[in-house]
Amino acid sequence: MRWRFRRHKLAIVGSIVVIFFYTVVLFADFLAYAPPTESEAQRSLLAPQGIHWVDHGRIDPYVYGFTGRRDPLTLKRVYTLDPTKKISLRIFAHGFPYRLFGLIPTDRHLIGVVGARTEDTLFVLGTDEQGRDLWSRLMYATRTSLIIGLAGVTIALFLGVLLGGISGFYGGGVDTAIQRVIEILRSIPTIPLWLGLAAALPNDWTIGQVYFAITLIISLIGWTELARVVRGRFLSLREEEFVMAAELAGSSQVRIILSHMVPSFLSHIIAATTLALPAMIVSETSLSFLGLGLRPPAVSWGVLLQQAQNVQALAISPWLLIPAIPVITVILAFNFTGDGLRDAADPYGH
Amino acid sequence: MLAYLSRRVVLALLTVGAISVLSFVIIRLPPGDYISSYIASVSMSGGFVSEQEVQVLRREYGLDKPVYVQYLRWMGMVVQGRFGVSLEYRRPVSEVIGDRLWLTMVVAIAAVVLTWALALPIGIYSAVRQYSLGDYIATFVGFIGLAVPSFMLALVLMYLGFKYFNANIGGLFSGEFDLAPWSLAKVWDLAKHLPLPTLILALAGTAQLIRIMRANLLDELSKPYVVTARARGLSERRVILKYPVRVALNPFASTIGYLLPYVVSGSIIVSLVLGLPTVGPLLLRALVAQDMFLAGTIVLLLGVLTVVGTFLSDLMLLWIDPRIRLEGTR
Repeated sequence: MRWRFRRHKLAIVGSIVVIFFYTVVLFADFLAYAPPTESEAQRSLLAPQGIHWVDHGRIDPYVYGFTGRRDPLTLKRVYTLDPTKKISLRIFAHGFPYRLFGLIPTDRHLIGVVGARTEDTLFVLGTDEQGRDLWSRLMYATRTSLIIGLAGVTIALFLGVLLGGISGFYGGGVDTAIQRVIEILRSIPTIPLWLGLAAALPNDWTIGQVYFAITLIISLIGWTELARVVRGRFLSLREEEFVMAAELAGSSQVRIILSHMVPSFLSHIIAATTLALPAMIVSETSLSFLGLGLRPPAVSWGVLLQQAQNVQALAISPWLLIPAIPVITVILAFNFTGDGLRDAADPYGH
Repeated sequence: MLAYLSRRVVLALLTVGAISVLSFVIIRLPPGDYISSYIASVSMSGGFVSEQEVQVLRREYGLDKPVYVQYLRWMGMVVQGRFGVSLEYRRPVSEVIGDRLWLTMVVAIAAVVLTWALALPIGIYSAVRQYSLGDYIATFVGFIGLAVPSFMLALVLMYLGFKYFNANIGGLFSGEFDLAPWSLAKVWDLAKHLPLPTLILALAGTAQLIRIMRANLLDELSKPYVVTARARGLSERRVILKYPVRVALNPFASTIGYLLPYVVSGSIIVSLVLGLPTVGPLLLRALVAQDMFLAGTIVLLLGVLTVVGTFLSDLMLLWIDPRIRLEGTR
């Protein structure tokens, strides 16, 4: 199977991108250089800074300083670059303290500035309306969105395997009932419904509780497809000789399922899970984008994109749309990987 | 055929039942009951609700009875077309929703039709000219359509429209028709605004359908009867369109049942970004303001209309595919 997967070039590229994104998840604190909620009205809606790499013939990255003032006519903040003020950058600089992997206390960051507070001077991707650094927020948002997708797919996988397994293994009335439930769930327009459920979450819940509830809500979308795959495999495997042999040899049902049937369709489940993940991520992003998913101060892709909701904001500060790029990239990567896995697992399928 | 039809009818009824229960749950979920929120909302704006009025309302909604009685009462009212009163607008819910429901369905159905109109020829082309430049382009656009959530596409198009054409491309009507009564001119104006949101909504579904159509048709094209037809000297056009396309169309038609809910879902978010006068923005505002009768009713009506649409597509499948029509007569 690994050999067949390797032949699928797009899938290889996709899986590398996915691994790259999950590396970002692990090192989000390290890659960010400003705390995600640190805001400052003095630097709201600052455009992305260009990093200059070469200074006097040597590689010595720096950015220019800036001065901000308010336009008396439009009341908009305008910033002018100050070419006399060079702020040099340093790799592995000291910054705000955090715990790497939640364990190791440190204050090293991938990038920082010399001499001043990094949070006040470096804005690789610009700032949002509250003057929060977009790059750092994007790092934390990547972590939130990808983890919530993973958590959602785990719950969906559990439900899908359990119900799909019951449906396929026992068949008969149970099967019909579960299949009808799946058909009903699939013929309901999901977004209005999930919106309704999400809006009904009490206002006084903590971030953790909302996080958990949103994960549950989005996993309700994904389990039907997984259940369908699992059921299909169970139905075809039940007729195989090796299952009958195990039955005749007196194996218990649990043993037959776990040690004979599951290993033979594990690859299908992995493929289906990979294909279900992007749907989870889009659901979370959509819900948060509409203001009914994760709420600030939580940071996710949807929360970031919420600021790019209207044309006026986009016209003034187009860089607020930057978080769309990782969303699209990661969804494409998951789709390519999943397609490759599915083809590798089931060359005669479709 | 009768067995198929009755199974579909039962399933549609069950689905409507499930949707109504879920809508009722949404109405009931926020803390406190409808009457106390109503009183709070009225008195906040300086109004006054008499004790007598409260009693009448409580009795009408059966708030002193168990939950299932409340549900049945609510259903009874819904069947008569009374959906309760919107807390925010202080008007009957049906009045608040008004034209928006129909506009939502117009946008959704237009998107489904466009999905078909695009996916069918492109799918056939991709299969017949496999691995050609056109096939690769279709596959590529398909992947983009699959990966970019529709609301993001809407955002980007809005931005491009604003930046390069300096025009607001949102909305379904020009300013002068916004509040005007329905007339031919208004319908024409709607038709002019419809293509963009329809295209945005259709793209994702189209991508999926092209892939299905291509795969199905490729399977059919390699079958011996196609070779026979070709050997018999039929024109290439006839060889492809007469049988393989018709056979490949079957799974195509059955996906429409999942396409409609998908498009209706998508239209909620896209409407918000593009500022379309559909139920989308209304639903969102109602949910944020905890105006639950309005929100629950919108969820209910959207769900029911989707089920009706799906049912109609099942009937169409019956018409397209004789294998289903003849099932059970043997």
